[in-house]
Amino acid sequence: MIAPTPVRSPDAAGGSVLAFRDVGYRYGSRAALSNVSFEVTAARVTLLLGPNGAGKTTLFSLACRLLALQAGDINLLGTSIARSGPEALTPLGIVFQQSTLDLDLSVRQNLRYFAALHGLAQSEADRRMAVELERIGMAGRQGEQVRALNGGHRRRLEIARALLTEPSLLLLDEPTVGLDQPTRRALVAYLHQLARERGLALLWATHLFDEAEPGDTIVVLAKGSVRMAGRCEEVISATGTVSLEQAFAKLTGEFDGATG
Amino acid sequence: MTTALAARAFMGILWRELLRFLQQRERFFAALVRPLVWLLVFAAGFRAALGVSIIPPYQTYITYETYIVPGLIGMIQLFNGMQSSLSMVYDREMGSMRVLLTAPLPRWYLLFCKLAAGAFVSVLQCYAFLLIAVLFGIPLPYVGFITVLPALVLTAFMLGAFGLLISSLIRQLENFAGVMNFVIFPVFFLSSALYPLWKMKESSLLLYQLCAANPFTHAVELVRFALYLKFNGLALAVVTGVIIVFGLGAVLGYDPRRGLIRRQTA
Repeated sequence: MIAPTPVRSPDAAGGSVLAFRDVGYRYGSRAALSNVSFEVTAARVTLLLGPNGAGKTTLFSLACRLLALQAGDINLLGTSIARSGPEALTPLGIVFQQSTLDLDLSVRQNLRYFAALHGLAQSEADRRMAVELERIGMAGRQGEQVRALNGGHRRRLEIARALLTEPSLLLLDEPTVGLDQPTRRALVAYLHQLARERGLALLWATHLFDEAEPGDTIVVLAKGSVRMAGRCEEVISATGTVSLEQAFAKLTGEFDGATG
Repeated sequence: MTTALAARAFMGILWRELLRFLQQRERFFAALVRPLVWLLVFAAGFRAALGVSIIPPYQTYITYETYIVPGLIGMIQLFNGMQSSLSMVYDREMGSMRVLLTAPLPRWYLLFCKLAAGAFVSVLQCYAFLLIAVLFGIPLPYVGFITVLPALVLTAFMLGAFGLLISSLIRQLENFAGVMNFVIFPVFFLSSALYPLWKMKESSLLLYQLCAANPFTHAVELVRFALYLKFNGLALAVVTGVIIVFGLGAVLGYDPRRGLIRRQTA
């Protein structure tokens, strides 16, 4: 049902795509993020693991310029997001935690609207739309109203939409929230496939440990700061634990009921 | 920002606004019925009670129905501006505004596109109302249908920018009904939409001064003069100035550095 086809990425495998350098952000007197630094590399999933309120959504909002950076810098393919214009967002595909589809429009209308906002000519947009919808098994559903789709299809559609611009980096803010277990597993597998086969860099915020696969980069964020960053296996061994769940609990001193 | 990107984004936003408008038939129906009730019921009832003397731009005595046509056009545009505002607040609550705000285009340009798309829909509704008014026997100069177009565009921009500014200030959809009551009714009734200002002056100098200072009065007068092939320089200056002020206010309101929506996007 979900089968990515290989697409050449312009980025060298393993090269840095997104870099956070000493990023800080405050809501009034409350610090939401302080001195956050880590890198997201091409052809790999970077899981930003943190409990609710850790600052994951704030970090995402800074990366896509919904919030203005107050301290530090964010570099996307060598370009400072804060110091550049909005065109710096061009290599970025975003899937927000909350659905951003227009429920009253059809699948095709939602994708065409997005494509127009990103300057794609309609013929090219339609071509890419056909490819992406085919890939997620929704080729015959272009005319359906989004309101009629179930949660899993809406999520896949949002991912397909984010891929329309052929981004180098995909930001995913808790993309599996609200999905049933089989749909969630299929989506997790699909996203890992995207990273491997299309050379995409994925920054994926979650609080669900079982979404990590061996070889993924793990960044543990708690109370606005990075507690540890490294390969999944490295994080587990460095904390002297036997699972990512235990490592997370040890690093953050809390357990929020996430699955493992 | 390349020209192709800017043009395609503009067409995309305009197309979405039109699609939403066409899908919401009740909205179009309500937008026309509201002023028609005022025109065909309220104005007919008040025709005998309210005589309108010869005042510019009219060159002869006119019926009350004829007098309130520009005011009712203003009403359509005011409600349309508020509708755009409501739609922005709704989009923000539903999350779909993020798609717009993360497009690789300057925030001011995206807001301009929203404003222009809203103005386009608003002008379409005004022309539909004018046609119906003519069908019901309201005498309007046919050339006025052409000369009123720039005035309609400007007033639609003014009231659309007003709506955008309000949408940047409203934090929750639930607050919208209250704001509508506190904004639409004073703005509409404290204007020359329903009565000439010299009549208001006879009853209350303070109310007259409030009406004269209300930008909506100038929007209505700009449309009234243009519809009768006349030019009102003061109204044009006020409407243009208010577009700039409200437009800049909306840009500031949606600026992530200074914006009042900062907490809502996080």
